[in-house]
Amino acid sequence: MTLRKRFGRAVPYVLLIITVLPVIVGYFWLILSSFSISTEGLRSTGFTLSNWSFLRGSPFGRGYPSIWKVTLNTFVVAIGMTIAVIVVSSLAGYALSRLNFPGRKSFLSLTLILHAFPSVTLLIGIYFVLRTLKLYNTVLGVGLVMIGFELPFGIWLMKGFFDNVSWDMERAAMIDGASRLRVWGEIILPTIKPGIAALAIFAFISGWNAWLIPKTFTIGAGQQATLSVYLENFRGDTVAVQWGAVTAVGLFQLIPVAIFFIFTQDLLLSIYAGGAKGGT
Amino acid sequence: MKVKLENLSKRWGKVVGADHINLDINDGEFVAFLGPSGCGKTTTLLMVAGIYKPTEGNIWFDNQVVNYMTPKDRNIGMVFQSYALYPHMNVFQNISYPLKLKKVPKNDMRERAQRVADMMGIGHLMDRRPAQLSGGQQQRVALGRALVKEPQLLLFDEPLSNLDARLRLSMRGEIKRLVIELGITAIYVTHDQVEAMTMADRIAVMKEGKLQAYDPPDELYDQPRTLFVAGFVGNPPMNFLEVEVSRKNGDYHAHREKFDAIVPTEQGEKTAGKGNVIMGIRPEDITISDEGVGGEIYVVEPLGRDDLVTVQIGEAIVHVLADPVLGLKMGQNVTLDFSTHKVQFFDPQTEKSLLWAE
Ligand SMILES: Nc1ncnc2c1ncn2[C@@H]1O[C@H](COP(=O)(O)OP(=O)(O)O)[C@@H](O)[C@H]1O
Ligand SMILES: [Mg+2]
Repeated sequence: MTLRKRFGRAVPYVLLIITVLPVIVGYFWLILSSFSISTEGLRSTGFTLSNWSFLRGSPFGRGYPSIWKVTLNTFVVAIGMTIAVIVVSSLAGYALSRLNFPGRKSFLSLTLILHAFPSVTLLIGIYFVLRTLKLYNTVLGVGLVMIGFELPFGIWLMKGFFDNVSWDMERAAMIDGASRLRVWGEIILPTIKPGIAALAIFAFISGWNAWLIPKTFTIGAGQQATLSVYLENFRGDTVAVQWGAVTAVGLFQLIPVAIFFIFTQDLLLSIYAGGAKGGT
Repeated sequence: MKVKLENLSKRWGKVVGADHINLDINDGEFVAFLGPSGCGKTTTLLMVAGIYKPTEGNIWFDNQVVNYMTPKDRNIGMVFQSYALYPHMNVFQNISYPLKLKKVPKNDMRERAQRVADMMGIGHLMDRRPAQLSGGQQQRVALGRALVKEPQLLLFDEPLSNLDARLRLSMRGEIKRLVIELGITAIYVTHDQVEAMTMADRIAVMKEGKLQAYDPPDELYDQPRTLFVAGFVGNPPMNFLEVEVSRKNGDYHAHREKFDAIVPTEQGEKTAGKGNVIMGIRPEDITISDEGVGGEIYVVEPLGRDDLVTVQIGEAIVHVLADPVLGLKMGQNVTLDFSTHKVQFFDPQTEKSLLWAE
């Protein structure tokens, strides 16, 4: 191999390293800081586990929920949201892709508008709705609102995946003797598995990381809090920010997402890199 | 099973898919729907399958109107151009899916699927996914899936279009043999007139949603009832010349600028004195001879067995199949003999044949 060729090969790596370096340094600091009394730049002033003490008991004293309760809340929101978004989106997306019903066009454009709509502007209106329904400051209320905000995206994504499934396959199955519901469940859904997986990942992560909606519709770090809101309490207005604890909780929150990514990164890559490929 | 289409139409708003189609298919008959892309073949087939609901008209299976019967109750098998195999199922699961839906017992199902697969020559591929098969093998799986429930009617929608030329030829023969052997009534949609001519007992030629002709292949070829049928069936296509026919010294002559040919009496009687008519003559029915109509060779295209020779006669162009032995060259002057009893005549307004009235 000539020098030129070798150099040519090295260029992409060098560029990648340069761009990724700050991110890696950031994570390095995050981990270091969570196990340190304090840090000076990238140097630790001493090892400690005290930052992780939030795992036991209630870090903000009595009346506040334990981290496990909050983690459970977050899981409930994220998983509930994932399931609801997938079920509703795949049914609605199928109908929008395949059936011709009155109002289909307007429904489609409305979904698109809702997807593009800045959700912040709706917060006050939703607050009153939740109050009326007695769902303010409940995990259920937060979950419902987040499902609502995620659905337009989910429906559009699923509709796109259904659009790519050949009509012939569906017709073949109907002629083979399947009902519409069976065609949907046994023939169409399995062929768009990558799409469903992608939506599941998106929904789970956005549910897990959500901050704005839980923050708005729950009270402080109460029994109904989710991790992002809870994390915020470590930098209250009255006390100095406990950076060590913030980084530890941050890392804690990161773990499920990281695990999720490790298991699904092949799938995600294939989706990002070329759309779902599902045979003929 | 007999099939009858009665005034069958399908419209989507202003778009017309099929327009008042009337035809009968006898029990065990192999019928081809032939026509250019977009003429409504698939639309008609899907109405027969029960996927599309007719806008108007009736579909009869034997003595029953099946307009509102669901596809699964019609007991039909269908093969699609795209094969439409289920990508997440292996060959066995694909073939046995119709049986599974019919709740056929497991052992029975296995046996029947294997029998059909063996018949199709894919019995050894049962564990493969469709993506791991060649186009021809996928086509066989699709055929197997259509046959496994022993349907009373087989529908094919351009099943060979995605195969390469060689494979198409062998599958064509195989499908024909299979359908005849099983004695199942079949409708075969194609835009390829060779496929239709070689396979079908009768051919329904369609254009813009309308049925143009419904005849056995040889009749379609020798007695085309419309200008469209004449031009669509046959390769290379029929030549058309606008001529006037008149009687001179006891003979009928077709003439136009720089063109004068004798027409057989039978055809002459039906066309003389009708003003301008369209004369149709197939390239293989024109011969290069010592006397006749003079013209200049525009181009020569060797087809192997024959040369396709394009000859310019005044303003007109005609295609002639000539023996390569003649060694014809571009720019050469030739004389063509048009005197054949196979010459066709059409009315330029109605585009209907003047010889083969309904
Ligand atoms: N689902 C549909 N909605 C609207 N128009 C259609 C639909 N299916 C077919 N058509 C129209 O009907 C006509 C016939 O189509 P088709 O039956 O698919 O033709 P072919 O199979 O002969 O190529 C075309 O003009 C086509 O655009
Ligand atoms: Mg078609």
